[in-house]
Amino acid sequence: MMLNVQVYRYNPEENREPYMRDYQVNTEGKDLMVLDVLNLIKQQDPTLVYRRSCREGVCGSDGLNINGKNGLACITPLSEVVAAGESLVIRPLMGLPIIRDLVVDMTQFYTQYEKIKPYLINETPAPAIERLQSPEDRDKLDGLYECILCACCSTSCPSFWWNPDKFVGPAGLLQAYRFLADSRDTAQRERLAGLEDPFSVFRCHGIMNCVNVCPKGLNPTKAIGHIRNMLLTAAS
Amino acid sequence: MAKSVTNFSGNGVSDWLIQRVSAVVLAVYLVVVAGWALFSSGGFDNWHGFMMSMPMKVFSILAVLSLVGHSWIGIWAISTDYIKHTVVRLAFQVAVVLALLVYMIWALTIFWG
Repeated sequence: MMLNVQVYRYNPEENREPYMRDYQVNTEGKDLMVLDVLNLIKQQDPTLVYRRSCREGVCGSDGLNINGKNGLACITPLSEVVAAGESLVIRPLMGLPIIRDLVVDMTQFYTQYEKIKPYLINETPAPAIERLQSPEDRDKLDGLYECILCACCSTSCPSFWWNPDKFVGPAGLLQAYRFLADSRDTAQRERLAGLEDPFSVFRCHGIMNCVNVCPKGLNPTKAIGHIRNMLLTAAS
Repeated sequence: MAKSVTNFSGNGVSDWLIQRVSAVVLAVYLVVVAGWALFSSGGFDNWHGFMMSMPMKVFSILAVLSLVGHSWIGIWAISTDYIKHTVVRLAFQVAVVLALLVYMIWALTIFWG
């Protein structure tokens, strides 16, 4: 069974502008993952460039725009994105500069991630073995720590498209709340002070594109709501 | 942390709160004025008397201030999204703020004058 696949192509050394190229892929009637389809195209055309690593939804390397919706190519089956007789359209994640073909420059995304200080801050003397948490406090981190930084959420967010240098974005804010909610962290006040400007958090207008696309089923909008409430509590 | 000189309060938390409170004030004001228009006997004298009563004077001024704050915050956000040229964006934001201040002073003179 032949599947028509349109792939975004751009090699800055050869092309003046990006273009879409059509490929015919024989799926043999199987419900392949989108990454499998890309690998079959790569056999036809070795010049195609894309990122992938673990091929099982853990590393977050192959975040792509698949038929208009961001997702991980390795865990997105064709049956989920292509109706019978339709084409598969693969583009790079939106809003980030293109390096080549489906590979984007993630610098802006990581810069925002760095801003929120994604590590535990605790200046008190370290105990002999480890900093303990109650099971209830540990439960607060569920739905937050699982983020794999694939950037599917932030690159589906218009606020991040327009202000990638100022708005932290859903992925960064999910991690910001992950450390704000951690009972072992002692820098809550400093963390909140870094988020109270009009851009970092408050550019989120709650349209929930991030929730819609997250391949891990996480809810950045909810985390952003918690941060907003913490900021409001701290300021009043 | 990203700062802005043309932002209403300079603080995201304050802007967020003002945006919500002003929205509630405007919604209630709309209901009160629409309610009067629907259920009163009408006429300019009745309208004038209603609007110039002390509670409505205070409420109207509150609504005008809410409108100014709400618009300032909203249009500032939209213009920082869509107008990427710094000079054009600043000129637009200053023009909007000046217009809003003119409307505010005008409304204050009507209700307080």
